[in-house]
Amino acid sequence: MATVKEMRTRIGSVKSTQKITKALQMVAAAKLRRAQQAADAARPYAQQMASIIANLATGVSGEAPLLLGGTGSDQRHLVIVATSDRGLAGAFNGSIVRAARVKIQALIDAGKDVKILTIGRKGRDQLRRQYGSRFIESYELGLKGPNLALVKPMAQQVLDLYAAGEFDIVSLIYSRFRSVVTQVPTVKQLIPAQVDAAGAAALYDYEPDEEAILEALLPQNVSVQILSALLENQAGFFASQMAAMDNATRNAGDMIKALTIQMNRTRQAKITTELIEIIAGAAAV
Amino acid sequence: MAAEKIAFDLVSPEKLLLSAKADMVTIPGTEGYMGVMAGHAATVTTLRAGMIDVQADGRDDRYFIRGGFAEINASKITVLADEAIPMTEMDLAVLDQRISDAQEDEMAAQTDAARQKAAQLVDDLKLVRAAF
Repeated sequence: MATVKEMRTRIGSVKSTQKITKALQMVAAAKLRRAQQAADAARPYAQQMASIIANLATGVSGEAPLLLGGTGSDQRHLVIVATSDRGLAGAFNGSIVRAARVKIQALIDAGKDVKILTIGRKGRDQLRRQYGSRFIESYELGLKGPNLALVKPMAQQVLDLYAAGEFDIVSLIYSRFRSVVTQVPTVKQLIPAQVDAAGAAALYDYEPDEEAILEALLPQNVSVQILSALLENQAGFFASQMAAMDNATRNAGDMIKALTIQMNRTRQAKITTELIEIIAGAAAV
Repeated sequence: MAAEKIAFDLVSPEKLLLSAKADMVTIPGTEGYMGVMAGHAATVTTLRAGMIDVQADGRDDRYFIRGGFAEINASKITVLADEAIPMTEMDLAVLDQRISDAQEDEMAAQTDAARQKAAQLVDDLKLVRAAF
């Protein structure tokens, strides 16, 4: 049985752990607010862009551009897995990686060629062991949080590879931020662009012309889609981290309570034993 | 002039910069500057680097954009800018930085199309700088 002194040290260490988790929770809460604002702020652009593309796509005459019409095959897939760089966020990265594994395995089982590009250190680390040979590139998010400058090179690489005919279909796996308590791992097809045909109705004049606009719009759309996925990821990550750290803080509290009771009991037992010894000694005289 | 206003949204990928009513909005279309007022024909156009000029209630707000798209219909104009900076926060150092970035892109361009695009951007930016 542990001595009182050992238990006191133990309680001390749990207390400092609790302080750390509490601090992390508060930091995550503050960052969550900012990340949510960033995700909200990015939404109008993505929506407008989607509606313009929907309008153009239904009106386009002649052959649709590659990024919209696809290559006509679905043999070679690129799966982009977006996770966070850091852990300590409960099941956040785990659930994205699990969704990615399911998707990748399904494609492999169907006899497709699959390549993987990861964004975020955690996804890279967790997928590398199993699918390392399929990796084409791994990006890290860095410290600044997602912005367009960060996304541009990723999108450019994907576009270059696509233009070079390396892939037929590009999809993106990330965690959709539904609310602070629910984030849903989501698979989204990036190329060929998914068009919401219902939104198309208005007749527009096009300057210079449909093809030129689509040509400029579609690559930009890829960047924007990746950016908005990363922003949602970021918000989901902090929400998940906040919940995980809240749990950890509470667990530490429970543990301190249990250890304190145990320590008091031990101390009391020791005192009682000493008393008995004294009394027994006195009685023996 | 009948003061019918047009709704104007200026959005960049990172945020909504401005959502307001304007008398006239001048945008740098790929095929030349266009002044857009309420009742304009529905148009989608690409934009080059340049100035957006928003006239509302006698005020005149200017924004620098580095290319983008505009969607126009009779009651509303939406500008999707690659990057947008209000002129009040703009200075020559920022602009020079953009120009040198674009020049680097031009040097590093792999394909003719990309090089041409970057060169176009450099020219447009220099025009903006000259007017600054």
